[in-house]
Amino acid sequence: MSRKPSLNIPHPPARPGDAPDFDYVQISAAGAVERPEVNSSVRSMNHLTDDLVRVMDDEHAAVGPWDPQLDAGELQIGLRNMLLTRLFDAHMVRMQRQGKISFYMQSLGEEAISVAQAMALEPSDMLFPSYRNQGLQISRGRNLMELMCQCLSNTNDMCKGRQMPIMYHWERGNIFSVTGNLTVNYPQAVGWAMAAAIKGEDDIAAAWIGEGATAEADFHHALTFAAVYQAPVILNVVNNQWAISTFQGFAGGERRSFAARGPGYGIASIRVDGNDFLAVHAVTRWAAERARRGIGPALIEHVTYRAGAHSTSDDPSRYRPKDEFAAWPLGDPLQRLQSHMIRFHGWSEAKHSALTEELTDIVTGSWEDACSYGTMSEGPYLDHSELFEDVYKDMPNHLLEQRDELRRQLEED
Amino acid sequence: MPQMNMIQALNSAMDIMLSRDAAVIVIGEDVGYFGGVFRTTDGLQRKHGEQRVIDAPIAEGGIIGAAIGMGVNGLRPIAEIQFADYIYPGFDQIASQLAKLRYRTGGDFTAPVTIRTPCGGGIRGGQTHSQSPEGLFTHVCGLKVVMPSTPYDAKGLLISAIEDDDPVVFFEPKRLYNGPFDGDADKPAVPWSTHPGGEVPQDYYSLPIGRAELVASGEELTVLCYGTMVHVAQAAAERLQIAADIIDIRTLLPLDVATIKQSVEKTGRCLIVHEATRFSGYGAELSATVVEECFYSLEAPIRRVCGFDTPYPHAFEWEYFPGQKRVMAAMQALLEEG
Repeated sequence: MSRKPSLNIPHPPARPGDAPDFDYVQISAAGAVERPEVNSSVRSMNHLTDDLVRVMDDEHAAVGPWDPQLDAGELQIGLRNMLLTRLFDAHMVRMQRQGKISFYMQSLGEEAISVAQAMALEPSDMLFPSYRNQGLQISRGRNLMELMCQCLSNTNDMCKGRQMPIMYHWERGNIFSVTGNLTVNYPQAVGWAMAAAIKGEDDIAAAWIGEGATAEADFHHALTFAAVYQAPVILNVVNNQWAISTFQGFAGGERRSFAARGPGYGIASIRVDGNDFLAVHAVTRWAAERARRGIGPALIEHVTYRAGAHSTSDDPSRYRPKDEFAAWPLGDPLQRLQSHMIRFHGWSEAKHSALTEELTDIVTGSWEDACSYGTMSEGPYLDHSELFEDVYKDMPNHLLEQRDELRRQLEED
Repeated sequence: MPQMNMIQALNSAMDIMLSRDAAVIVIGEDVGYFGGVFRTTDGLQRKHGEQRVIDAPIAEGGIIGAAIGMGVNGLRPIAEIQFADYIYPGFDQIASQLAKLRYRTGGDFTAPVTIRTPCGGGIRGGQTHSQSPEGLFTHVCGLKVVMPSTPYDAKGLLISAIEDDDPVVFFEPKRLYNGPFDGDADKPAVPWSTHPGGEVPQDYYSLPIGRAELVASGEELTVLCYGTMVHVAQAAAERLQIAADIIDIRTLLPLDVATIKQSVEKTGRCLIVHEATRFSGYGAELSATVVEECFYSLEAPIRRVCGFDTPYPHAFEWEYFPGQKRVMAAMQALLEEG
């Protein structure tokens, strides 16, 4: 019997009103996935793109060959930075709701990825973040006040009022500029890594995109260049299941994992539980060592869940069940690390409460400091001449004229 | 003075800059071992090594994207896009990334990338090897856009582009690579040794970006043109024995308004000639500038001679190309008006 092709329109397993259904997520048992030698051939580790590297088991114990063996002090730093990221996000969402900033994007549920990866990399490694990687900034010790000033577009904004909120950069912290165009950072990170190799330096680059953004041509460009030149770069795909309203199937995730794309290019690729701080740390360190020793680039797919809205302009209740995060099989990354530390590293609910209080004070204090540089409703304000600076290194005549034109207009007003 | 064609002049510019500055690298399709499909990078990989003159996969978006990353990491990349017609896959990286990086980071991150790309027709290239897309790039703030018309200018301007801390899109009118083509395809081709612009110093020199050049001087008419059309306009004015100011714009962005103004105020008549399509083309910006700056000096409406608003046709190349006949007709009409 003949059958005509019909157009496949991917559908998420659950829409608003349905019971959440994550049966499609392939999950390996904690500790079950082998850890290949860092210099293993790409061909020998294809299974790592179907398996899911996990370290923390259901009893919160760290098990298996990927256990990064971090000490209590390192874990406390990780927990602290994840918690600080979450509190910072919550505060900024509140400020957006109160009309204090125009826009915000939180990383709720994805904090382990940025925080663990920043810890597993060297401070001189260059990071090319996406818009949900504020944990990289926090993990590298960025003063929260500076991030807040950017969101306020005030007189202390590193972007001088030119970018919408969250499009941070940090030159001294080796964190590149966030942009609204997606996946453009991928080939840029590869180029940065190529330059490091050309110069004979041992710094590596890392870049982040969401699973939805793997559909962009730059994903293909970046993987091709990374493989051809064996660039010392880690390419991260944060698969948080949702790209605004389209689920991961719309980026092509229905039949193969996103990690599975790497081996086709000749790139070592690993699928990891993105909500398992220890697993993310271990996989990143493995990939970083591989890149730094000149063995080759790596692709990491972090399986996680976007627990919040895409942005403050988004309402996910219109396209997915409200209780999906509670049903997410890989849990909450912060709670999981906290439980592990309570059971094995002398952490406690009391310590956690005290830490929460301390960090909340830092967040609110930073906000007050940030507001002293100006808010949207109260000055001081940026000088209007900033509008024309930095288009070019030296201002050409036509911009000088336009600057003067605006100045005259403002003087008349 | 040594004679060079435009390919040799561009090659010399890159060779000098590769020698002077360890941060300079070249990347592009076929630029390395082979030396480029137009031979512009011939011998550079042999001399400077395959780590600095790098063959690239066929991915213009990847070439530009990687060049930006290299620029951020302290290199000064020269990215070759084999034909300007192939630049579009890299347009997002150019327009939204390369051009705006300095601005969006308050000057904290910059990428001093030079993009070289052959443009223009007259080589039987059809619609995918003949385009002049400069107007798409002059509309992008943050870019500088250059198009030389002689080997001498090509070398001096390319050196400036490479040294420039802002990104530069450097268009090379490929019909001028081997000789000063004046639009008459029936005439035997002449080499650059017949033209003073073919005299090119062996050593380092640079020409300023942002400066037009008056290549012929006259009272009757101003012609604003660049690239191949400079030679067409000169030939047309000579055939009609018109005393025209012929201004080679050379650097389209930033534009040298002062030179244009001075000329049009003198002649009162302005003809704009470019090979690119007319509608919303760069000539529209030139025309608006002349109206805004010199309206009361104008004695006749500004005229434009451009490529027709069609794709570049293979079989009708010389009907499409704004050659001497069309330029002469426009010159005569301009002189008869007003």
